[in-house]
Amino acid sequence: MDLFDLIGPVMIGPSSSHTAGAARIGLTARMLLGEEIVRAEIGFHGSFAKTYRGHGTDRAVVGGLMGMAVDDPRLRDSLALAQQSGMTVVFSSINIRGAHPNTVRMHITGINGSILQMEAASVGGGNIEVHKLNGLNVDFTGKENTLIIHQTDAPGVIAAVTGALAGQGLNIANMQVYRRKAGADAMMVLELDGVPEDAVLEKIRAANAVQSATFLKRRPS
Amino acid sequence: MDYTLNEWVRLARVGSIAQVAVRCQAEESGIPEEDVRAIMRSHLNCMKEAVQSGLDEKLRSVSGLSGGQAAVFLKRLEEGKLLCGMLLGKAEVYAMATAECNACMGKIVAAPTAGACGILPGVVLAMMEEQNVTEDQAVDALFVAAAVGQSIATQASISGAEGGCQAECGSAAAMAAAALAFLEGGNPQQCVDAAAFAIMNLLGLVCDPVGGLVEVPCVYRNVGASGVAFTAADMVLSGIRCPIAPDEVLLAMKEVGDALPASLRETGDGGCAACPSIRARLHLGAL
Repeated sequence: MDLFDLIGPVMIGPSSSHTAGAARIGLTARMLLGEEIVRAEIGFHGSFAKTYRGHGTDRAVVGGLMGMAVDDPRLRDSLALAQQSGMTVVFSSINIRGAHPNTVRMHITGINGSILQMEAASVGGGNIEVHKLNGLNVDFTGKENTLIIHQTDAPGVIAAVTGALAGQGLNIANMQVYRRKAGADAMMVLELDGVPEDAVLEKIRAANAVQSATFLKRRPS
Repeated sequence: MDYTLNEWVRLARVGSIAQVAVRCQAEESGIPEEDVRAIMRSHLNCMKEAVQSGLDEKLRSVSGLSGGQAAVFLKRLEEGKLLCGMLLGKAEVYAMATAECNACMGKIVAAPTAGACGILPGVVLAMMEEQNVTEDQAVDALFVAAAVGQSIATQASISGAEGGCQAECGSAAAMAAAALAFLEGGNPQQCVDAAAFAIMNLLGLVCDPVGGLVEVPCVYRNVGASGVAFTAADMVLSGIRCPIAPDEVLLAMKEVGDALPASLRETGDGGCAACPSIRARLHLGAL
């Protein structure tokens, strides 16, 4: 266990789960979308729905969507900053059956028209779990180097991706593959022991049936 | 690297828990030991800044339930009128300032959580100012605290939603007690005994935040738990041994936490959270 999980993170209060975790969820969504966000529909479930104003969960998520980290003092003013920058934000309280009590579901639109739907939970101590991406079930935390690949389910995609990583000598610590149904939309989440080079990412993006590949760098202490 | 309190003591037979903790963290994260220390030093500086922002008398939280109390507390301290004296008094004032800084969306260091973030900084910073503890010693003390926190997190819990406030303010008091014992020259066994005494004194403490917010009673409990840390450290430094194996106290905390009803585990339904006078204030406020 990382000792800086016990003394740390450095964060904007008041709650590691309801504020820091919420900011991380927003920031993860921003990185996954890969472009500036112009519209965000944010649904709060469970304890988040009950207490999001007092904990600043709303400001934290929006701050994260604007690229702010958990210790960024601008998180406090993120709602005003979002308005100034022309970002439309809509909040609602929702109920997702069986979801973790601190769950956010969001639908975000980027400046170039990209769209991302994400469902993630803040599971304590500022740690998060992403549970759904664009309707597909996934399961990752962003604590490790994470490579997220969106592909069409087809033979050879996994071999192409793992082959490209092996070419750089990168070890895969953990790997999950999800698909809606045979031959349909699919997703691959790989946790890596290192950082893939740009050329390797380009090779993966160029592989047959791969629609996108996004790399999230390991979160520092 | 998941060690019990007993294992930390054994590993520290040569040297101190601080040295072992720094070495383990360096090995695990692949960062040189001096950089690991530098991260903790920067956390210590954040703790100082949090105290300063928390002492602002104009500070108020979004709900209106907290802010500005630490400034009131500080005034009495500066007048030399606090019954508990300068050292403990300062620790308590700083603990409250940090907790209020947190409640008002200021920048803090979770230790081990945001809800219990005042106790360890309060105690360590007061020791720096009142007992001539150096920055290097304070950094070492924070590593001792982190080691203890790790044993608690892996054997019991540091989450109020799982284990009640004993897991948050209790754990923080245990970490602070170990840090105090270390700073006063206590050996590794005395450090973990101090941690166990602190938890023993806060065992069963429920997590009952009004409106589900990290404000009432959290801010005030950070103050009380700082006092418990000093009490626990003073006992072991006097030569009193903890009569129960320290790790067993952690397991007892886990058992007690599991036995707590959901209404007393951060749901905002029971305990202080159910008291009508404060609930009324909450509804009159911004929420």
